[in-house]
Amino acid sequence: MASDPSSVLVRFAGVAKTYDGTTFAVRDLDLDVRHGEFLTLLGPSGSGKTTTLMMLAGFEAPSTGDILLDGRSIRATPAHRRNFGMVFQSYALFPHLSVGDNVAYPLNVRGVSGQERRDRVARALAMVRLEGYQTRRPSQLSGGQQQRVALARALVFEPTLVLMDEPLGALDKQLREHMQIELKALHRQLGITFVYVTHDQGEALTLSDRVAVFQDGALQQVAPVDRLYEAPANRFVAGFVGDATFLEGRLVSRHSGAVELELPGGWRLRGVDGDLGDAPPGTDVVAVVRPERIAFTSEPAGENALSATVEDVIYFGDHLRARCAIDGQAVATVKVPLGPRPPVGGAVSLHLPAEHLRIYR
Amino acid sequence: MAGSEADAARALARDRRARVLQALGLTAPLLVFLAFTFLIPIGALLMRAVENPEVARALPATVAVLDSWDTVSAPPDGAYRAFADDLLAMAEPADAGGLARRLNSELPGARSLVMGAFRQRESFATLDAPAAKAAFLALDERWQQPELWRVIARNGSRWTPDYLLASVDRRRDATGDVVAVPEEQAVFVRILLRTLGIGATVTLVCLVLAYPLAWWLSTLPVRKANRLLILVLVPFWTSVLVRVAAWIVLLQSEGLVNRALAGLGWIDRPLELLFNRTGVIIAMVHILLPFMILPLYSVMKGIPRDYQRAAVSLGSHPLGAFVRVFVPQTLPGVTAGVLLVFILAIGYYVTPALLGGPADQMLSSSVAQYANVELNWGMACALGAVLLTATLVLYGVYRRFATGEGLTA
Repeated sequence: MASDPSSVLVRFAGVAKTYDGTTFAVRDLDLDVRHGEFLTLLGPSGSGKTTTLMMLAGFEAPSTGDILLDGRSIRATPAHRRNFGMVFQSYALFPHLSVGDNVAYPLNVRGVSGQERRDRVARALAMVRLEGYQTRRPSQLSGGQQQRVALARALVFEPTLVLMDEPLGALDKQLREHMQIELKALHRQLGITFVYVTHDQGEALTLSDRVAVFQDGALQQVAPVDRLYEAPANRFVAGFVGDATFLEGRLVSRHSGAVELELPGGWRLRGVDGDLGDAPPGTDVVAVVRPERIAFTSEPAGENALSATVEDVIYFGDHLRARCAIDGQAVATVKVPLGPRPPVGGAVSLHLPAEHLRIYR
Repeated sequence: MAGSEADAARALARDRRARVLQALGLTAPLLVFLAFTFLIPIGALLMRAVENPEVARALPATVAVLDSWDTVSAPPDGAYRAFADDLLAMAEPADAGGLARRLNSELPGARSLVMGAFRQRESFATLDAPAAKAAFLALDERWQQPELWRVIARNGSRWTPDYLLASVDRRRDATGDVVAVPEEQAVFVRILLRTLGIGATVTLVCLVLAYPLAWWLSTLPVRKANRLLILVLVPFWTSVLVRVAAWIVLLQSEGLVNRALAGLGWIDRPLELLFNRTGVIIAMVHILLPFMILPLYSVMKGIPRDYQRAAVSLGSHPLGAFVRVFVPQTLPGVTAGVLLVFILAIGYYVTPALLGGPADQMLSSSVAQYANVELNWGMACALGAVLLTATLVLYGVYRRFATGEGLTA
């Protein structure tokens, strides 16, 4: 990597996009893309992540705000001058051209010809391990191979930035996981900045350096993957990224970050402040905890302990998940190591460690 | 083991047979319909184009005698005798009428000769060959001209290439060689070329008008596009005749178009838009445009926008992306539309007949002329066969295109 990894390549500054003047597909977006990072835009459909990518690609113009590339506005730069490689979910390989001609397309457009073009096409195809496929038609390749050709085509002209719009969405699960590993390796090897759009939080966690979570057109949180999982910024992010159990209760007291809440059953739990701000005692809040942080305990009266009934035990291969019913709450999911199974229908006590119980509005 | 394999093979064969029978059962009504309305008529048409039954049927003895004739010297006396026998063998006057009409179409004046001899046939009954010849010559001097007998000899076989040759301005000369007809009689090649020319012009104009429209339609949301497609289909709701009549109203010297142009001050005197090539092409384009728009639209609708976006993201100017990525993918639609419009156009009859002048008549009008006016089914069918051949050649070219492009996937 030539440039400083922490320096900003792309900056969204106060960007908003509306198609009808009243509803916003994207609003108040301030987001930095750093040199060489793998940034994923994550969110459910209609959250604004694809619109954000399309504005970056130049296919949509921001209604307000500006997009800066290396500090200079690219609002007026048309899509074909931005020098960003793009990979589509549909692959978008040109069906009337061979694989080689598809990969050579961006080079032809840039006037690269002869031996250099041949060399670069061969190198790009070798990079995605498709040597010898030059003369095939896209329709003769499998889905995974087609996606690799699309990748080679987006990389062959050494773009400033590679944009990917759910590129693995059309592949089956095994192939998708395999391609995730390849993509990540490719990113590490090339050092090019990737901006990746997906609605699959598992994929986002696997691939990314940082993830930007979108909902209803608004950016919810941008963070490295571990921070995103361990310290979600709000209730939506906590629910969207990873599995979690939500317990509804009422805020009792707060002392410098340590929060106490009361569940309808009378239990009192202590936890960490998620996004309470200046919420007064008595506010309705939720406590969120990951399945692997909950443990069975033999001290039902201990601190942060709840009694529950085992409703179901699900076998996951490398672990078990017990679904435990708590009075007046949604069912809690507990990750249990392989071993003796908790008896279904039996009463258990759950321990929710205070440092892993995050309280949100 | 082997037994169960054989059982499985038998079951498979039974299954396959059942499926074939089912397929046949489901398609049989259509196949029967097609056989009676399409295959048999076309077969009959092709037969008629080479069939020449009148002389062979009416004059079997004469033809047999003329077989050994050198076609140049005076016809043998035996031919007169045989002709008399053939006349005597005819059951009713209609047989002679068919023969007379047939010979007359090749040799003007032959009709009265044949009918005259037919009326006097009883008087030939007992004469020997030289006497028969004398009797015929006494009836009419023209009986001795070799040309008449050559026509009989040439048409003595049940099959003839003459109609097909004539439909491409060729004929057999006295010695049977194929030669071009004299310049002043050569019409069909010119009409065929005119037909193909009008077809090509109409097809090109349709393509130029339809392509942008189809592209625009394909970029619209489906609901809106469907509403607009109804407008494309509206012309199908009225008969061709009504539309042609409407064009006459619009295009005449004092019609709407000329008045509007004059009112705008763009022209000083009315444009000649009717009863010439312009009128024919305007009306044919109007009628055939939907056949170009629909295949183009259906192909374009199936091309995802992602292709052009991908090309642009790879550095292509949007216009370059359109030409290099979008247009090639629409070629199947273009070939389908071009083929459809061209094939329909070269068969046009009513529109040129009503909106064109004498120099704008197409091959179909010649077919109609022979079938309806001259009752020469041989020529009508031969010209039809020429049109059919042109269509099949085009279809062959299309097949080469469609498969050669490798766009079937």
